[in-house]
Amino acid sequence: MALDKATVARIAALARIKVPEAELGALAADLSKILTWVEQLNAIDVSGVEPMTAVAHAKPPLREDKVTDGGIRDKILANVPETAGGFFVVPKVVE
Amino acid sequence: MSLNALTIAETRDRLRRKEFTARELAEAYIRAMEAARPLNAYLVETPERALAAAAQSDARLQKDEALPLDGVPVAVKDLFCTEGVETTAGSRILGGFVPPYESTVTANLWRNGALMLGKVNLDEFAMGSATITSARGPTENPWRRKGDNRPLVPGGSSGGSASAVAVHAALAATGTDTGGSIRQPASFCGIVGLKPTYGRCSRWGIVAFASSLDQAGPMTRDVRDAAIMLKAMAGHDPKDSTSAPVPVPDFEKAVGQSIKGLRIGIPKEYRLDGMPKEIDALWQRGIDWLTAAGATTVVISLKMTPYALATYYIIAPAEASSNLARYDGVRFGLRVPGETLDEMYENTRGQGFGAEVRRRVLIGTYVLSAGYYDAYYLKAQKVRTLIARDFDEAFKTCDAILTPTAPSAAFAIGDKMDDPIAMYLNDVFTVPVNLAGLPGISVPAGLSADGLPLGLQVIGKAFDEETTLRVAAVLEDAAGFEAVPAFLAGAA
Repeated sequence: MALDKATVARIAALARIKVPEAELGALAADLSKILTWVEQLNAIDVSGVEPMTAVAHAKPPLREDKVTDGGIRDKILANVPETAGGFFVVPKVVE
Repeated sequence: MSLNALTIAETRDRLRRKEFTARELAEAYIRAMEAARPLNAYLVETPERALAAAAQSDARLQKDEALPLDGVPVAVKDLFCTEGVETTAGSRILGGFVPPYESTVTANLWRNGALMLGKVNLDEFAMGSATITSARGPTENPWRRKGDNRPLVPGGSSGGSASAVAVHAALAATGTDTGGSIRQPASFCGIVGLKPTYGRCSRWGIVAFASSLDQAGPMTRDVRDAAIMLKAMAGHDPKDSTSAPVPVPDFEKAVGQSIKGLRIGIPKEYRLDGMPKEIDALWQRGIDWLTAAGATTVVISLKMTPYALATYYIIAPAEASSNLARYDGVRFGLRVPGETLDEMYENTRGQGFGAEVRRRVLIGTYVLSAGYYDAYYLKAQKVRTLIARDFDEAFKTCDAILTPTAPSAAFAIGDKMDDPIAMYLNDVFTVPVNLAGLPGISVPAGLSADGLPLGLQVIGKAFDEETTLRVAAVLEDAAGFEAVPAFLAGAA
């Protein structure tokens, strides 16, 4: 699959990554090359094969549904880029 | 002999005989860590913390109440969260992040008496095979080609770990392996690297890359040390539902046991076109060594092998794009301002991620996006089923599998940079093991024509690290690998 610059810009917007206009062309070429390479899987017949969604060599145990952690607001906020009054601060989202 | 040249097993025994103290050992390693700075293996050095832990080890050793790893100085891959010590995953986006908690695997090590020397470099978010994509610059391999002083890569992504252990600036290191990130750098640096069965070690507190593939493991000077480290690192953890509730055996007991009668599978699909002759020759030597030790070999077919890399490069980026969504400039790490919330996200992630991480997040986003999910992601998951099935079938006729670890020796810093796919091919022999969730170990087995270490890989059945280690120890004995790198920091 060859991706054009517009498609790369759309994926980048979905991934919330700003890509400078000047880099879109080279990135489109890189991504196209990788996608074309992985398309070798098209040669494989997978009809009737279940997808492997996880490695499950051992059955995960059940645990009680109870609170085991909490009350650590200051620890959670210790690495916050911008905080005020015990809250995360983000740009205004409601007009 | 320098203290830094001893293995964990030797160190443990001599500390208990009080031939030297944990403090003396820690000081020797702190000096070596400083001497090794030109390699850029350590990102953060924590000598005070090491000395404080050594004092506690000495107190226990004095009372003959030593813990299994008392005094063992360990380098921690900077993907493990360490309480109070900066953890960046080699990324600008986590610059300055100081975790308020400790990963389960490192906590297990400290509980067993090991001490932390510092945090070591890696490819950004563990995405790479050369430790060249870190925001903190590349790490060098202490080995050099004969008659050529150009710096070489240590492999990756656990390249800081491998380099630190090889140069004797750490007695052991933690690594993580998503597609070969423990075994390939171990091969490039002439050390042992063990990726355990998926679920053997807890992933809690390890910065996530691809959650269905990531697994922590030890990187050490020899096979016995890998067994000792794994016992301390492993075990079920209620905080990671994918960590397996199975007993942790005394892996060290497997080292030195006979392999008489074991059946060793030799996968015919691993004989690649264009593979260097010396890799093929090394593989044949490995087969001969195991046969001489009483094992029998059987040719097996892992017929989906040619498709493993392509499968991996859909699944791993897909999981990464999801895992890395958490870096949003709101809760931790870098924040680059923007007018709106979306602009802030885009600016932060645009400036915070390096080129390879950006590439993989975009590939992952694409293969998961509406209209392409079935063609790429679902298809890859189905091929993954077939790859795992190949191993299931093979293990009906063999007890362990022998392969080369990597298709080449270490290459120069700067090589393979222009072509992501050429870089991805480094992991051709290791990736299938992650896709199937099996244990694999790389053992240094010989030198290339230009004097660089080459590893052989042993792959085991799920949760059968013991047979894996047993076979690895026989290879190690037969190979008698005693070459040392051009530069040893602990030689004084």
